[in-house]
Amino acid sequence: MSSVALDVESKDVHSHDDHEHHGNFWTNYVFSFDHKVIAKQYLISGIFWAIIGGGLSLLFRIQLGFPEANLEWLRPLLGDWITESGKMDTTFYLAAVTMHGTIMVFFVLTAGLSGTFSNFLIPLQIGARDMASGFMNMLSYWLFFLASVIMFASLFASTGPASGGWVIYPPLSALPQAVSGSGIGMTLWLVSMVFFIASSLLGSINYISTVINLRTAGMSFAKMPLTIWSFFITAIIGTLSFPVLFAAALLLVFDRSFGTSFYLSDIYIQGELLEHSGGSPILFQHLFWFLGHPEVYIVLLPALGLTSEVISTNSRKPIFGYRAMIGSMLGIAFLSFIVWAHHMFVSGMNPFLGTIFMFLTLIIAVPSAVKAFNYITTLFRGNIIFTPAMLFSIGLVSLFISGGVTGIILGNSALDIQLHDTYFVVAHFHLVMGSAAFFGMMAGVYHWYPKMFGRMMNSAMGYVHFWLTFIGAYMVFFPMHYIGIAGFPRRYYSFTNFDAFSTFTDLNTFISIAAILTVTAQFIFVFNFFWSMFRGRLAPLNPWNATTLEWTTPRKPGHGNWPGALPVVYRWPYDYSKPDADKDGFTDFIPQNVPLSKTEHSNTPEEKVLAQLDEKFDQLGEEREKNPFI
Amino acid sequence: MTTALLFATGAILIIAVLALVYRIITLVGIAKGDQKKTKVTTSNKINAALFPIVLIVGSGLIMWSFNDAKQFFLPEAASIHGKETDHLFWITMGIVFTAFALTHLLLFTFPFLFQFSEKRKADFNPHNDTLEIAWTAVPAIVMAVLVIFGWRAWADITAPATEDAIQVELMGKQFAWEIRYPGKDLKLGRYDVANIDNTNSMGVDYDDVNAQDDFTAREIYLPVGREIELKIRAIDVIHSVFLPHFRVKMDAVPGMPTRFKFTPTITTAEMRQKTNNPKFNYELACTEVCGYGHFGMRKLVKVVTQKEYDEWLMKQKPWLEKNPDYLSQWEAKKAKTASVAKSH
Repeated sequence: MSSVALDVESKDVHSHDDHEHHGNFWTNYVFSFDHKVIAKQYLISGIFWAIIGGGLSLLFRIQLGFPEANLEWLRPLLGDWITESGKMDTTFYLAAVTMHGTIMVFFVLTAGLSGTFSNFLIPLQIGARDMASGFMNMLSYWLFFLASVIMFASLFASTGPASGGWVIYPPLSALPQAVSGSGIGMTLWLVSMVFFIASSLLGSINYISTVINLRTAGMSFAKMPLTIWSFFITAIIGTLSFPVLFAAALLLVFDRSFGTSFYLSDIYIQGELLEHSGGSPILFQHLFWFLGHPEVYIVLLPALGLTSEVISTNSRKPIFGYRAMIGSMLGIAFLSFIVWAHHMFVSGMNPFLGTIFMFLTLIIAVPSAVKAFNYITTLFRGNIIFTPAMLFSIGLVSLFISGGVTGIILGNSALDIQLHDTYFVVAHFHLVMGSAAFFGMMAGVYHWYPKMFGRMMNSAMGYVHFWLTFIGAYMVFFPMHYIGIAGFPRRYYSFTNFDAFSTFTDLNTFISIAAILTVTAQFIFVFNFFWSMFRGRLAPLNPWNATTLEWTTPRKPGHGNWPGALPVVYRWPYDYSKPDADKDGFTDFIPQNVPLSKTEHSNTPEEKVLAQLDEKFDQLGEEREKNPFI
Repeated sequence: MTTALLFATGAILIIAVLALVYRIITLVGIAKGDQKKTKVTTSNKINAALFPIVLIVGSGLIMWSFNDAKQFFLPEAASIHGKETDHLFWITMGIVFTAFALTHLLLFTFPFLFQFSEKRKADFNPHNDTLEIAWTAVPAIVMAVLVIFGWRAWADITAPATEDAIQVELMGKQFAWEIRYPGKDLKLGRYDVANIDNTNSMGVDYDDVNAQDDFTAREIYLPVGREIELKIRAIDVIHSVFLPHFRVKMDAVPGMPTRFKFTPTITTAEMRQKTNNPKFNYELACTEVCGYGHFGMRKLVKVVTQKEYDEWLMKQKPWLEKNPDYLSQWEAKKAKTASVAKSH
């Protein structure tokens, strides 16, 4: 009986596919359950936030690069944040730095990157009709949207948005009398982050369950593209670490509003002794960095996953060391949870902890190095096609290395004493986390744009965009190492008060000009992105000759992704330039859904054995479509 | 209003230009038939060539800028551990720069060497266990060595101070530092934020005998060659003590006193000669964001010879002596709190 019922259901699914244009504007484009629409919503929100975040960075770069300049011309934008003498308000400077960090880390590189590509690629690359729960997925985006609205609103608070740094260390963030941004601005920050965390958890749980449960027949974990591996691992990290940030934020809310003393003790401020007693500001730092450090990898791993795919495809070579790549990602993910206190070497915590965390931190260099070497070896003796996505991927590897190596210096507690909270740190994480993840995101957009919108982006503009951004990123962040080695502290409004930091004014001006040019160059991308949606060349079905399943869908996949049965997977995703593939009638790639029995000449000895099982696989595929629980 | 109009016009113009460029590129592409004939166009060659060009130009720029900037790097270390960590810093920097240079040499030449060619086919070379083991082991060994050196330096720096170390208390508040010396008994008196009032800005507890001879100072005076133990605290938000020339940094945390010990090795006078700057002064800066005045929390540090230090010490009067009226005020305050406590 039950099989009959299931049969009916599966027919139902097909009939849905046949007319996909049902539903109204609201259910199709706004509160859509479709993972592709949700992905695009995340992407466009991410681009919006990137423009805001980038714009904020220009504001404080103008202050740092031209400390003497009259900024009266910014008054139409900043209002009273420009003082009567035409200077930027010092509290606003801190607010700009804080909001730039918050927006870039959470709203652009977490939601904009993971939200976009995990949603878009997981069902398409594992051969699923949609996410495990379309409703939760929709909810995830709209909670993010709500978080965005609140965070955006906080920018307009009369006392300013949060301004204690993106790490919001109490007591500074807990006491409105300490800095004006810790008033309503900080309240909105915390409320926004609560929704953001809820959104991120809904998303992560969905990604994990989709990857575990909805892989199509034949798509074993060992045949998953590295993108999916990276999204899967990222989602696990997010699920385990974001709740801790939630706890940290909640306790901060209590301290701020309900008179508790989790983080506060012995405080005398503005001529007043506070009642709070017995709390520890260091506790907050531990809780914050327990998310804060894994967050770095939440940002970076999806970028590395996207890059693996793009580099392999455009080198026309299998990714080198597929298993080593997975192993190193798992290693990085595990280690990311036990290195958090390297942000706190000079916070006053027990120095013995410093020795432990130094040791654990430096171990991360090993799996990271493995990844870098594997990327470089993938290029070796390839037949490289430079699409904009490929350029951005090579750029990512470069930034990942140049930002990563300085981590070895900062992870050493003895060396961190001098460099902690200087521009050396700023240079380090902007290269390895900020720029690298941004480049991964760009690679992803250029590479999967044809599948998202059914049209091609203009590649010439992509090339110009890449070279300007790549050179620009180095022009901005490389000299920051110099400033950091000279001891310049971060989050300084100006350096003129100190003899020790009065050198290097020219260099700060240079960095600011480079930053302005680099941010301006991003508008080439923004234009290309929106213009190509309507005016781009129509995309071929498989523009990059890639092997993964998303390229077996129609030009613009409808709801359910594949009009017919789900594809069945027979091989790993990296059969590029396989020897003797031409004898089987293939060019330089064999898609994942080509049975081994059809590629007799190019099969490896193990695959020859497996080829005999193909028939059983075919049946499995049909069965699975009828009953997804086998 | 005019500015807004100006911006709008500018934006429209830029979009128009970009649209035109876009159209031209697309038309040229169609005319050349880049979508049909071959897999790649000449742009592939240009991009491939740009990588080694960027490598060469970039190396030149790095070398030039490094040489130009290095005069300001790590200003002369004026403490014993500072010399060690500087040494370790440059060794580590050498190692990581070598790794950076070698990987980039490969990363930027491979795209040129292995750019697309119709004649060639890419290697099918999915993995090589020997290579993987090698490039796992080498970084692991290098890291192990660095960790051991780091451990030794860190252990020395964070070890307890010796008995005869000179204690100096630094207290951070928005937006200034306060300095307290222990006086003749070499012991700092107790403190409590609850004691803070307009006169007693550090909240020193004057019931404590050790506090009686404590004195405050406007500048940090330190004798050269003696171990100094900084006793660090804050009363409002987190600050951080940063003495760039001594390679000292430690957060000042409300409710949790911290410490840092170091031994200055060069006096201010000697440093003025070395740097050829008669106005040179050691400085104390704040490196944990603490509010709108964060960038102005400066104090001067004077490192002097032992003789000069002793002379300076002789001249300092205990705080209570400088504020003769305070003790009666203090007693009155104590009596009041005691009675309040009693009535509860």
